[in-house]
Amino acid sequence: MADVSILPARSGGSRRLVRLGALLGLLVLCVLLSLGFGARLTGWADLRAALTGQVETMGQAAVASRVPRTALAALAGASLGMAGAVMQGLTRNPLADPGILGVNAGAALAVVVGLATFGLDTSGAYVRTAIFGAAVAAAGVYTIASLGAGGATPLKLALGGAALTAALTSLTTAVILPRGDISGLVQSWLVGGVGGATWGRIAPVLPFLGFGAIFSLLSARKLNLLALGDDTAASLGESVWQARILAAAGAVTLCGATTAACGPIGFVGLVVPHLCRLLLGVDYRAILPGSALAGAVLLLLADIAGRLVARPAELDVGIVTAFVGAPVFIWIVRRKRVTAL
Amino acid sequence: MSVIPNIAGLRRRNGRKRHVAIATLACLVLLGTALTLSIGQSVTTPLAVIASLTGQETGGEAFTIRVLRLPRALVAALAGMCFGMGGVAFQTLLRNPLASPDIIGISAGASTAAVFCIVVLQLSGAAVSVAAVAAGLGVALLIYLLAWKGGAAGARLILVGIGIAAMLQSFTAYLLTQAPSWSLQQALRWMTGSVNGAQLDQALPLAGALLVFGGALFAMGRDLEALRMGEEMAAGLGVRTGLARITVTCAAVGLVATATAATGPVAFVAFLAGPIAARVLRRAGSLLLPAALTGAALVVVADFVGQVVLPARYPVGIVTGVLGAPYLLYLIVRDNRTGTAL
Repeated sequence: MADVSILPARSGGSRRLVRLGALLGLLVLCVLLSLGFGARLTGWADLRAALTGQVETMGQAAVASRVPRTALAALAGASLGMAGAVMQGLTRNPLADPGILGVNAGAALAVVVGLATFGLDTSGAYVRTAIFGAAVAAAGVYTIASLGAGGATPLKLALGGAALTAALTSLTTAVILPRGDISGLVQSWLVGGVGGATWGRIAPVLPFLGFGAIFSLLSARKLNLLALGDDTAASLGESVWQARILAAAGAVTLCGATTAACGPIGFVGLVVPHLCRLLLGVDYRAILPGSALAGAVLLLLADIAGRLVARPAELDVGIVTAFVGAPVFIWIVRRKRVTAL
Repeated sequence: MSVIPNIAGLRRRNGRKRHVAIATLACLVLLGTALTLSIGQSVTTPLAVIASLTGQETGGEAFTIRVLRLPRALVAALAGMCFGMGGVAFQTLLRNPLASPDIIGISAGASTAAVFCIVVLQLSGAAVSVAAVAAGLGVALLIYLLAWKGGAAGARLILVGIGIAAMLQSFTAYLLTQAPSWSLQQALRWMTGSVNGAQLDQALPLAGALLVFGGALFAMGRDLEALRMGEEMAAGLGVRTGLARITVTCAAVGLVATATAATGPVAFVAFLAGPIAARVLRRAGSLLLPAALTGAALVVVADFVGQVVLPARYPVGIVTGVLGAPYLLYLIVRDNRTGTAL
C-alpha cells in the first residue's frame, strides 16, 4: 500500500481528481445551505439577491449577516481538517487530533492567560499567543509520549493528551475564576463556536492560516516518506527531523490560529482524514487538500445542524462536532489494532 | 533451613514499615483537619477548638467551628478518601496509573449529570448526588460495552473512555453557557471541585459510600492484588476474574461518583492518590487504605492551602489541579522510561 503513495498510478490519479472535485462541489452546496438556513429560512431569490449586494428585505439582510459566519466556519473546518491529517501523518497515529492531543487546550490556556493578565486586546496578539500555546502543548505531549520504549504509541499519545488537557483546563479555570468580569465571555469562547463572526475577527487570522496551509502542503511529500518509517525515509534521502519540524510548524500554526478565532473545536481533525483516506487513498498530496475540503464541509454541516436543532436558539458548533466525532473516535479504536501497547 | 526465618523476618519488617507509613499518612490527615479547624478568616486556639467540639458554649467561635469549619474538614477528608480509594481500584484493575476515573470519563459523566441537574432542572441536594452516581455508573457501563470485543482489553477501555470524556466535557461546557449569569460562577466553581459551604448532612452519603463500596473493595482486596499481575495470572491463581472485575468497577464508580456529587470533580485526586501511596509504601501490600488516606490528606491540605495560604481564595480543585500537573508529567515520563505500571 505504501509504495503506491510514492508513485501513484495514472488512473488512480484521475479518479482522485474527480473525487476532489466532488468534494469541492459538496463544499459549494454546503456554503449555500449555510447562507440560506438559520433562525429565518431564506428563499432562493433572496439568497441570490443578497449575494449580489442587495440588503433590502429581511431575508436579504439575514443572508448578508450569515456571510462572515459561513466564511469563518469554512476556513476553520479546512484548517482543522488539514492540521489533523498532518498530525496523523507526523505521529503515524490514527488517533491524533488537535483536541485529543491537548493542542487546542494549550492554545486556549495561552489566550486566557494573555487576556486576564496581560490585557491582550488586538486580534493579532490573540493569534500569536494562541499559536505559541499550541506549539508548547504539541511539543510537550509529543515529548512525553515518545520517551521510553516503543516510541509514541497511540495509547501513550492519547493518554498523555487527555492528561495534559485535564491539567491545562484546570489551569484555565484557575485563571478565569477570580475574574468575574471576563468569565462569561471566556466560557462561551471555550465551547468553540463560529456564531457572531465578523470580518474584523477573521482578517487577522488569515495570514497565519495561509502560512500554516503552505507549510502543511509543502510537507505532504515528506509525510508520504515518513509513513514508510523513519529508517526507510532516511535511507531515501529525507531528513526526518527537518520533515517533522516543517509539518509540525504547519499543523500548529493552523490549530493555534483557528483556536484564536473560534475557540477550541475538537474532533474535526480526527474524523476528516479518516474519511479522506477511504476516499482518496494514502497519498498525503491528495489527503491534505481533501481533508481541507472535507473539514470545511463537516464544520459547515455541523454549524447548520446546530442552528436547526435548537431553533431559534443555537447549539455551538464545538458541541455538534464532539457528538459527531466521539462515536467515530470509538469506531476507530474498535476497528484498528491501535490498542496494542 | 536458614532461609525460612529470614523470609519471616523480612515479612515482619515489611509489615512494620507498612504500619509506620499508614500511621504517618493518618497523622497527616489529622494535622490537615486540625489546621482547617483552627485557622480560617480568624485564628482559633487549639484549646478553644477542643472546647467547641466537646460542646462547651464559647460564643461566636462555636458557630465558626461547628457550622463552618467542621463540616468542611469532614467532607473534604471523606471525599478525599472516596476519590483515593476509587482511583486506585481503577488504576490497579486496568494496570495503568493514567487510567484513573478523572481521565477515562467516569468523573466527567458524574459532573455532566450534576451540572444538568443544577442548571437545567434547578435541583439541589440529594437529587443531584443520586443523579451523579447513576450517571457515573451509566457511563462506566457504556464505556465497558463499547470497548467490548470478545473481552474488554484494558487499553481499549481507556481509549473509549477518553473519547466519551471529551464528548461529555463539551456537553458540560455547553450547559454552562446556558446557565444564567448569576449561577455561572457557582456552577463553574462546582465544576472545578470545591468544599465551600459544605454541610454536615453532605458527609452522610460519603460515609455510607465508604462503608458499602469501600467495604466491598476491601473484601475483594486479595483478588485485586492478583488482577494486578494480569488476567491470566489471576485466573490461574483461582480468581473469578469476571466477577472480580464487575464488583471492583461498580464499587470504585460508586465511590468516585458519590464524592463527585458532594464536592464536584476535584481534579487529579483520584489520579494522584494511588501513585503517591505506592511511592510511600514501596509496594508493601494492598494500596486501598493508604490511597484512601493519601486522597484525604491531599484534599484537606489542598483546601487549606487554597483558603488560607494563597492570596486569593481558590476552590480546592484548582489547587490540586495545579499541584497535580507537574507530578502528572513526571509520572508519565518516569513510567514511560521504566515501563512499569503503577
